[in-house]
Amino acid sequence: MSAATQPMAPGAGTPAPADGSERARGDLLAVLEPIWQAIVPVILAIVASGILLAVIGRNPFDFYDAILHNGLLTDFGVQQSVTRMATLLLIAGGLIVAFRANLWNLGGDGQWLLAAAFVAGLAPSVVASLGDGLGLAVMIVVGCVVGALWTVVPAFLKAEYGVNEIISTLMMNFIGIALANILVKGPFLTDRPGVPRTDILDLDDRLPLLGNTQIHIGIVLAVAVMLALHYTMTRTPLGLRLRVLGANPRAALHLGLRPKRLTYIAFGASGALIGMSGAVSMLGDWGSFRADFNPAYGFLMVPLVFLARLNALGTIAFVGLFSVIQIGGDTATRQADLPTDFILVLVGLLLFFMTITEYVRIRRAQRSAYVPRGLGAGVKTAVGSPAPGAGAAREGPA
Amino acid sequence: MSITSDTTPAVELRGITKAYPGVVANDDIDLVVYGGEVHGLLGENGAGKSTLMSILSGMVQPDAGTILVNGDVERIDSPHAAFDLGIGTVYQHLTLVPTLTVLENLMLGSHELRLDVAGARARFAELAGMLGARIDPGALAGSLSLGELQQVEIVKALWRDTRVLILDEPTSMLTPQGVAELEAVMTRLKERGIAIVFITHKLHEAIEIGDRVSILRAGRRVGGIDPHELHAASPEAIRARIVETMFGEAAAQLAGVAELEVRVEQIEEAAPDRELAHEAALELVDLSVHGGAGEMGVHDVSLTAHRGEILGIAGVDGNGQRQLAEAICGQRTIARGDIRLAGRSVRKLGVPERQRRGVRYITDDRIHEGTVRDMTVSMNTVIKRIGQAPFWKRGAIREREIDAFAQELVDRYEIRTPDLRTNIGKLSGGNIQKVVLARELAFDPTLVVYNKPTYGLDVKTASFVRAQIREQADQGVTAILISTELDELLALCDRIAVMSGGRMTGIVDNGRDAHARVGELMLA
Repeated sequence: MSAATQPMAPGAGTPAPADGSERARGDLLAVLEPIWQAIVPVILAIVASGILLAVIGRNPFDFYDAILHNGLLTDFGVQQSVTRMATLLLIAGGLIVAFRANLWNLGGDGQWLLAAAFVAGLAPSVVASLGDGLGLAVMIVVGCVVGALWTVVPAFLKAEYGVNEIISTLMMNFIGIALANILVKGPFLTDRPGVPRTDILDLDDRLPLLGNTQIHIGIVLAVAVMLALHYTMTRTPLGLRLRVLGANPRAALHLGLRPKRLTYIAFGASGALIGMSGAVSMLGDWGSFRADFNPAYGFLMVPLVFLARLNALGTIAFVGLFSVIQIGGDTATRQADLPTDFILVLVGLLLFFMTITEYVRIRRAQRSAYVPRGLGAGVKTAVGSPAPGAGAAREGPA
Repeated sequence: MSITSDTTPAVELRGITKAYPGVVANDDIDLVVYGGEVHGLLGENGAGKSTLMSILSGMVQPDAGTILVNGDVERIDSPHAAFDLGIGTVYQHLTLVPTLTVLENLMLGSHELRLDVAGARARFAELAGMLGARIDPGALAGSLSLGELQQVEIVKALWRDTRVLILDEPTSMLTPQGVAELEAVMTRLKERGIAIVFITHKLHEAIEIGDRVSILRAGRRVGGIDPHELHAASPEAIRARIVETMFGEAAAQLAGVAELEVRVEQIEEAAPDRELAHEAALELVDLSVHGGAGEMGVHDVSLTAHRGEILGIAGVDGNGQRQLAEAICGQRTIARGDIRLAGRSVRKLGVPERQRRGVRYITDDRIHEGTVRDMTVSMNTVIKRIGQAPFWKRGAIREREIDAFAQELVDRYEIRTPDLRTNIGKLSGGNIQKVVLARELAFDPTLVVYNKPTYGLDVKTASFVRAQIREQADQGVTAILISTELDELLALCDRIAVMSGGRMTGIVDNGRDAHARVGELMLA
C-alpha cells in the first residue's frame, strides 16, 4: 500500500448541525429520562411484590389499595406520611452533604439517636423555662450541635490520618446508640413508672401544627433546608468546593481548597442536619425518648439519596414516596395479616429494581453507538470536520 | 492495496466504521498487520487510533466492517474473545493492582479453580526471558518502576498464546532509556513472529521503530508507508510526507508544525540570547522538601530565576522535580529553607495566596490533578477562582460570566470541545491540556511552573504549548520548565538546571555545548 493522501478540508470545520425538530425531540427525551428512571423501577417493584403476595395467598390489589389508602388518601394517613417525611428529609439532606464530598457518613443512626436523646432529655425543662418559641428553637440547635459533634472524631481521623470514614462512622454508631441509652436510663430518666424513658414534652409545648392538621412545622423546616441545600450545593462557592473535593481530592489539593477544613465542614454539616432530624422527631412526633428506641432511618436513606443522584430536589420526591409506603404499609400489612417486615421486602425490591435500571442506563450510555440522523448521508460529510467530539469518542470507550 | 508479503496477515481490518453521537471516530478504515512486523499507527489526538484498537481488542463493537484473524472472519465481542484469538493489548494506563505481587497480577485472569502457581512462575520466567526483563515475580506491583510495570503489562498481554500485540502509546511515560529498552523488547518479539501494533503520536518513533506506518486523521486512514519505502527513502523525506499527510498540506507550512521535531541544529535561533532583566523573580534558598511515600524529596536546592527567564529543570523523571514544583506553588510544605517571590518570602503562604501573587502551576497530571473530569469545560476554567468576582457575586455563581470567559479561552486557544457544558473528561488529552494552560495563563501570571507540559501531547499541540511558553516569557513572565525531553529544554530555555537524586547537580547556560554538559550533569 502506498501513501494515498486524500484531499481534505482543513481541520477546523464544525459538524453539520442536527435539524431543529431532531434536536427538540432529543432534548425532550433527555428531560423525560430521569422521570422514566424513577417510574420504571416502581412499576417493576409493584409487579414483583404483587406476584409474591399472590403466591402467599394475599390479594395484591387489596394490599396496594390499603397502602395507598392509609398512606396517602386518608387525612390521617397523608398527615402521618408528611410528618414522617420531615424526619427522613433532614437525614437525607445530611447524607447528601457528606456524600457529595465523597465522605461516607454511615454514622447517621448514632448521630440521630444521640441528638434525639439529648433533645428529649433537655426539652421539657428548657421549653418550660424559655417558653415555647425560643425553647424549641434552642432545642433544634442543640440537636444540630450534638449531631455535628458526634462527627468530629471520624472527621478528625479522616482529615489528619486518612482513616477510612466508613469504618469509623459505623463504629461511632455503636457508641452513639449505647450512649443514648445510658443517657436515657441515667441522667435523663423520668420519675414516672413504666419503660425507661425521658420526661414527656407536653403536647402543647411541641412543634406548632400547620393549620387544622396534625402535621407539625417540621416539614416546612425540612423542605426549606432541602431547598437551601440545593442552592448551596449548586450555586455557592462552598458547594462547589465540596463537590470538587468529592470528585477529585487530588485536584482539591492542587486548587488550594484545604481538604482538611472541607472534611470537617462536610462532616459537621452532615451531622448537624441529621441531628436536626432527631430533634424535629422528638419535638414534633414523640415528645419523649424511650430506651432502646432505634428506627434506623439513617441506613434507609442511604440508597435513596444515591438513587436521587445526590440531588436534593430529586430526594424530596423519593423520600415522599418512601414515606407513603412506610406509613401506608404499616396498616396494610396488618390488614393483610402479614408481618410489618413485608414492607421492607417491597422497599428492598424497589431499591433492587432502581439499581438494575440505573445499571442498564449506564450500560446503554456506554454501548450505544449510532449515526445521528444529522450525519445521515454519511459518514462522509462528518469526516471533513474532525474536531469537536473526536476526543469524546476517543476517550469514551476507554 | 498491494500486499508485500505472501503470508496471510495476522490481522486484517476491512472497512471498520464506528460512530459516536456527533462524531465518526472510525470511517471505513482498512488496516493489515503481518506477523513479525511492527505496524506503527500514527495520528493526532482524536484521530481515531484508540477507537480502532478498542475495536480490535474487543472493548468496542464496530458499526460496520469485518475483522479477519489469520484469514478467518471473526467477531470480537469482548476483550475475552480477543484474548482467545491471540490478541493482547497493553493499554496506555496501567492496569496492574499495586497491592498484589507481579505473579498474582498475572494470575488474576486465570479460569482454573486452583491457582497454578508453579505453572505461572514457569510461564513468567519464559516470557521475561523472551523480553529480556529482569523482574522478581514475587515483588509487589506497586514497588516497580514505570518501565518495569510496563514490561509486566506486556508479559500480561502475552500470557496466553498471543500472536498480535497492541501497544497503546507505550512510550508516553518512559524515559529515553526506557524507550530504548522497549524498542529492544519489540525487536525480540518480532523475531518470534509476533505482530505488533504500535500506537504513537511521535513521528520519529513511528519511523524508527515501525516497519510499516499507517496514518490516521479525523477517523480515516489517510495514508501509509510500506516497509520497502520506509527503507528506501531518507528519514527527512518520510517525515515531511507524514507531516503533510497528518495535518494536510496547508498545515505543514504553519510555523507551529515547522518546529515539529526540534533538533539541536535549530537551537541557535530557537533560544536566542534574549536580553534578560536582572530582577530576581524567584529565589530558592537551601530548599528541602519531603518526597512523600516512596518518592524522592528535594535536598538543599538553591537557585534564582529572573524576570522573563525560562529556566529549565532537566533530569530523569522521579528525581524530585514534582516535589520541587509543588513546593514552589504552595501545594507541599517545605522542610527547610525558603522560597522568595520578588524578594519576599512566601513559605508560609498557601496555594490561593501564591496564586494571587501570580504563581501558576501546570501540573504534569492534567487528568487526575489538573482538572475535575466530571465537571464541565466551563467550570474547569474557573475552578481555581472559586468564589471570586466576576464569576461569583455575593456568594452566588454567575454562569453567564463563566461561560463567556470559557468561550473566550476556547476561541483563543482553539480548544476543541463539542460544547462548553461538556464534561472535560470527554475531551482528548491535548484539549484538556489546552484548557489547563488557558486557565493558568489567564489573569496576569508572573511565575509559571510548567511540569512536563508537552508530555503525551501530539506534535501540533506540543508545539502550540511551546509557543505559549515562549510568548509568555517575552511578556516578562518567568517560567520554570520541568521536562524530561532535553531537546525541548534546549529549544526553549535560557538556562538549564539539572536535578538528580533530589539535588541540583548544576546549572548550564543554554548554548552550543549545553547538550553535552547537561548530559554530563544528569549522570553526575
